[in-house]
Amino acid sequence: MSVVTDPARPAVVEAPGTPPARRRGSFGFNTVSTREKVVRYVLLMFVLLITIGPFLWQLSTSLKGSGEDIYTRIPRLLPAQPTFEHYGAVADTIPVWDYAKNSLVVAVLVVGGNVIGASLAGFALSRLQFRGRRLVLGLFLATLVLPGEVTIISQYVTVREFGLANTLFGVALPGMIGALNVLLMYNAFRSLPVEVDHAAIVDGANAWQRFVYIGLPSVRGTISVVAIFAFIGAWDDFLWPLIVLTDPDKYTLTVGLQYLSGTFSNNPRLIAAGTMIAFIPIVIVFATLQRFFFKGVEEGAVKG
Amino acid sequence: MRYQRWFTPWVLVIPALTWLLVFNLWPSVNTVILSFTNAKPLGGGTFVGLRNFETLLQDEQLRWALLNSVIYMVVCLPFLTVLPLLLAVLVEKKLPGITFFRTAFYTPVVASAVVVALIWQWILDDRGLVNGLAEKLGVISGPLPFLSDQWLLLFSAISLTIWKGLGYYMIIYLAALGNVGRDLHEAAAVDGAGPLRRFVHITVPGVRGTMILISILISVSALRVFSELFILTGGKGGPGGRDNSVVMLIQQYSQGFEGNLGYASALSIVLFFVTVVPMLILARLNRRGAEA
Repeated sequence: MSVVTDPARPAVVEAPGTPPARRRGSFGFNTVSTREKVVRYVLLMFVLLITIGPFLWQLSTSLKGSGEDIYTRIPRLLPAQPTFEHYGAVADTIPVWDYAKNSLVVAVLVVGGNVIGASLAGFALSRLQFRGRRLVLGLFLATLVLPGEVTIISQYVTVREFGLANTLFGVALPGMIGALNVLLMYNAFRSLPVEVDHAAIVDGANAWQRFVYIGLPSVRGTISVVAIFAFIGAWDDFLWPLIVLTDPDKYTLTVGLQYLSGTFSNNPRLIAAGTMIAFIPIVIVFATLQRFFFKGVEEGAVKG
Repeated sequence: MRYQRWFTPWVLVIPALTWLLVFNLWPSVNTVILSFTNAKPLGGGTFVGLRNFETLLQDEQLRWALLNSVIYMVVCLPFLTVLPLLLAVLVEKKLPGITFFRTAFYTPVVASAVVVALIWQWILDDRGLVNGLAEKLGVISGPLPFLSDQWLLLFSAISLTIWKGLGYYMIIYLAALGNVGRDLHEAAAVDGAGPLRRFVHITVPGVRGTMILISILISVSALRVFSELFILTGGKGGPGGRDNSVVMLIQQYSQGFEGNLGYASALSIVLFFVTVVPMLILARLNRRGAEA
């Protein structure tokens, strides 16, 4: 927050809900005029309609009864005969709950791997001195310019050589320690002053103790960003599981949804219900954790 | 000065380094090796010399894919560099409820591209929301073939990508806006500069570096597009396979008995070069701009 330097004016803190008292012609950046507020909220609502509208429309379609005309020219958002029957029908068509479980297994493995592997490496690279540190760091940086799709075929060959083609573990494995996450953790650990380390060393703390008691507590924001993104990335991924998995029993949700829409169904209500099954969990995860995410953004954890 | 045993750092780094070597560096080398073979998805294959690269030159689908990628990039760039910045300015001020709006605007980003593409497929259906509304309003007499015409399909996928990307770049801009001096804005306001002038003369120059970074990200991700086109075309690449992207071609050659991992690897090398070129150009632009 900037400091209000004008002594004639009391410091105005952004107080939600209270309209700021301002005279005409005055200006201030902690205060918002009523007119500006109205304009801002109108614009916010407009963008909200554009970003959230399609999801609501899909939700509405998934809840509309089989007898209800979903093709009406005047779109009706609220279902006339609301029903959950299509959610059951999806499960009768494809093993959608197994797919959800498969997605979850992959996501948990990827989150665990990244949180552990990336924080360990990030800590060592930023806070421990050792020969070869710069080289290792350079290797991690170098792979960032390489789009993942370029190596996806030979990655598949590697996973196949391990005997993991067509397995969920094969889907999770390559993403379990991402180079980008290592660099994010490296950056986060680096923002801690070196003096703290020196003090701990004087007190006789070894590297592991410095990692657990000094390093980790100071990078919680970045760890949550890494975890959130690893989860979302694994849950949403499509191309990689599509290449690795050939057996419909082992599909993850995204591949299963494509299977549903491509093979079985022209019923928009059914596909809508399927998409909601994949969409709602991720929204809940994100909505619950968003404050960590936005906090991480402020700490500079998101830089592309 | 070292304060730990020599192997301690290595113990911590080894897992990540192993992953890097096995799943990043070795596959990069192996892609080049594979591109000289006719390796099959289920195993086996022999050295075929330059045959895959000769095939590349005559691959008509690849030509369409490259053209589509360029169109994708050229259309996405202006929209996704400008609109998210405006959004970031809109959600920057901490009004009551702003966290809700920020989260909501970010929702399309956290949704899977598959989910989003299936939603749009329904909205753009011959009897879907857009066609229904447009017919009702009398703008069109028959449904527009968003999902079956080569060009409409491509532009539908592009608008989907833009819509899905807005929140992502908005957040990056939002982080950058925090560093744009508030006192600068205040000073300009004292001098009578309106919101628009302050946006053009203070905000935009203030986030210039971020803008370059974002345009690199946009270009690269436009060239890597897969899920949107795959779902909207039902995995078939549109009429006559003319709505493929390079990644879609790679995926098509990765599967089944007729798959050819060798050729898919050659396509991957093409993908590498097309994504690296805009990156280098924009990075160079950045450096020159910084010197000026």
